[in-house]
Amino acid sequence: MKRFTNKLIIVLVMLFALSVLVAGCGGGAPAEDQGKQEAANEKVLVWGRGGDSPGLDPANVTDGESAKVTINIFDGLVQYKQDSTEIEPALATDWKVSEDGKTWTFYLRQGVKFHDGTDFDAEDVVFNFERWMYKDHEYHIGGTFDYWGYMFGDYPGVVESVTAKDKYTVEFKLKKPMATFLANLAMFPFGIASPEAVKEYGEDFFKHPVGTGPFKFVEWVPDDKIVLEKFEDYWGEKAKVDKLVFRSIPDNSTRLMELQAGTIDIMDGISPDDVATIKNDERFQLILRPSMNVGYVAMNMEKEPFDDPRVRKAVNMAINKKEIIDAFFAGLAKPAKNPLPPSLWGYNDAIEDYPYDPPKAKALLAEAGYPDGFETTLWTMPVPRPYFPQPQKIAEAIQANLAEVGIKAEIITYDWATYLEKVENGEHDMAMLGWTGDNGDPDNFLYVLLDKDNAVKPAGNIAFYKNDELHDILIEAQQEMDQEVRAQLYKQAQEIIHEDAPWVPMSHSTPPIAAKKNVIGYVPHPTGVEKLNTVDIQ
Amino acid sequence: MLNYILRRLLMIIPVLIGVSILAFLLIHLIPGNPAVAMLGERATPEQIARLEEELGLNDPLYVQYGRFMARVLQGDFGRSIHTHSPVLWEMSMRFPATIELTVAAMIIAVVIGMGAGIISAVKPYSIFDYSFMGSALIGVSMPIFWLGLMLIYLFGVKLGWLPPSGRLSIGVELETVTNIYVLDAIITGNWVALKDALRHLFMPALALGTIPMAMIARMTRSSMLEVMRQDFVRTARAKGLPEKIVIFKHALQNAFLPVLTVIGLQFGYLLGGAVMTEWIFAWPGIGRWMFLAISSRDFPIVQGGILLIAMVFVFVNLLVDVLYSYVDPRIRYD
Repeated sequence: MKRFTNKLIIVLVMLFALSVLVAGCGGGAPAEDQGKQEAANEKVLVWGRGGDSPGLDPANVTDGESAKVTINIFDGLVQYKQDSTEIEPALATDWKVSEDGKTWTFYLRQGVKFHDGTDFDAEDVVFNFERWMYKDHEYHIGGTFDYWGYMFGDYPGVVESVTAKDKYTVEFKLKKPMATFLANLAMFPFGIASPEAVKEYGEDFFKHPVGTGPFKFVEWVPDDKIVLEKFEDYWGEKAKVDKLVFRSIPDNSTRLMELQAGTIDIMDGISPDDVATIKNDERFQLILRPSMNVGYVAMNMEKEPFDDPRVRKAVNMAINKKEIIDAFFAGLAKPAKNPLPPSLWGYNDAIEDYPYDPPKAKALLAEAGYPDGFETTLWTMPVPRPYFPQPQKIAEAIQANLAEVGIKAEIITYDWATYLEKVENGEHDMAMLGWTGDNGDPDNFLYVLLDKDNAVKPAGNIAFYKNDELHDILIEAQQEMDQEVRAQLYKQAQEIIHEDAPWVPMSHSTPPIAAKKNVIGYVPHPTGVEKLNTVDIQ
Repeated sequence: MLNYILRRLLMIIPVLIGVSILAFLLIHLIPGNPAVAMLGERATPEQIARLEEELGLNDPLYVQYGRFMARVLQGDFGRSIHTHSPVLWEMSMRFPATIELTVAAMIIAVVIGMGAGIISAVKPYSIFDYSFMGSALIGVSMPIFWLGLMLIYLFGVKLGWLPPSGRLSIGVELETVTNIYVLDAIITGNWVALKDALRHLFMPALALGTIPMAMIARMTRSSMLEVMRQDFVRTARAKGLPEKIVIFKHALQNAFLPVLTVIGLQFGYLLGGAVMTEWIFAWPGIGRWMFLAISSRDFPIVQGGILLIAMVFVFVNLLVDVLYSYVDPRIRYD
């Protein structure tokens, strides 16, 4: 037994010495070499982000971390332009819609190949749509296809049939006109997958994604990295880098230090506190993503005193948005006056925001019968969101603003899942929440967040704001195919919302992205995800 | 001995049933719906209802529990709500990383901790003793996230000696066999990957090892001090044995038992996943995995994961108990 102990100690000491020795061997190497050893002539772009992708089957994911990767592997029939939410051709080169708005015909691009070498044609489009829309389809597996149901109403929802007219023509029959049809098809979930691969991998397709995009899938180490490589036969602009790696680095500080050490090239999820550090470092560039979100404080109109429009307007005048944005968004946001972000068509810039005017707010409160203010609750989320990077601190600032006009608001918070559940069930008086757009269409903000249809618990409209006039306008806009006419309708809708003031629209944040100076050609897209084939490393 | 091990193995069954009930109840009783956690602001009432239906969340708890256990007994731990992949597969991708980190941390902790403890005990109240035990006190009370970030800043950014986080550099190829990278690199004879993996391993292992190191140091010192005062040590010295032999062969061997207990407990504890260390160093282990599963209410992962971790913990404890009888032959299990 004595020997055992001694041997144990000797072995341990030797192992330790060995590890120190080996670890120390590279000591003194320049920082640039750490953690990123590129083979000669191979360009590798490493993207650092906070979380891993739950899955890589675009039809079965709903989160940004998955979309960020899948959009590089898959193409839809149409896609957004590189810097706006306008639509341009992708796998379909052209399309037309019938007079009644119920028949859409898409003409497909010829000579497109999937990463597995198979050819792309109309039958593949039909296969994909039927897989998404029919619950009894043999390959409607591997998830719940949430975005299909969400964007098209149900399974099959608004789409009645999809047929291949010939090898490169697909026809969609809709049950009713749908103005957002094209915008929906440009979204990442509706990327066309190789039917061969879907059949081969079945339920495991989410870890063997095969599409037609500029990068093809190579390897996935969960919670660590996803590796893609350039697809040589891509139909569009071929990728400039040979490999694209997405690394999951959950801690914001660590991720920034990885950038400083040179082991990643580009990163998102930057703490507002770190923005100055990046700006002041000449090795890096700070890129702002155009806003497609809104952060707001909803007032529960089913509860007193927020059933009184004068109180809601008073709250709007009591909050100093500009000061809050300067303090807690590191200035990386615009004050909001509408529920729509300004990057969207249909944004009503003619509307004048309620001014920050505490005396006037007090007067309005007195008029409404609350000369000494009132007690209420202000709910805030526990986790940073793109539209509220520091929700707790923002809540405290709002609390202080409200106190100035006599409103005593108690701050209430729960963990994220509980918070959403309670807020959607209307347990709050005032609640902070926000929204990031899906398809770049105003309907996706105004109808989802403020229509009376969505004021049913659990509600998307957490102000429980019900206005019939607004409802009629929003429904009309859903059926209208002419974008000009729709834009006018949405401008009118924003006027009604402004007058009723169910929210305090707070901010449209422009999420910052940091990259090394030698990363060129990166264009952030408002939807939060973009193809990286145009990015190069100098 | 065999009998004892068998009995202990049988005792695992009630323990695991208890753990499974507890894990099941805890995750189901905390508020928050997985559909809401998953879809966030986007969750529609229909989707919530559909997901609840699909997951059988509308059934009474005991029915859900019965269904869960019936599947587990067939070796099916279910699929994650979030990713739809099998819990066992997800675990198998992450557990090797945790084992690697834990073993490395324990090696550092045992070597330095016992070394410091022995020196402190041999020269009590000396400058060594005070500085070692002072450091140990700092070690047990140091927040890992702070220590981790400082290490990364110093060695990863300022000096540039070590990679800041992760397991392997981008561009270093390694054929995985066990998913324990150090082991895989040795098996496949890939020395470039071995060096790279060890360099990635060093900082997180050091950060994770600090607390066990401090505990082992303090336990070794006090245990050694007690033994050194005993008659057989004086006899050994009186016999004229060299001091080295007295300390390592006579004293340490007898003082080792309580130290082994601490090592065993810490080892089992760390195998359960080190959330903070894994978070800071972007280490893809089970701590981070469980943490995210709990926050997204991914019931199958939480239930399956806790059960598997409990199993590992029980096995490590059993192993330590068996080791006792090797270290001290007077201990017999019959």
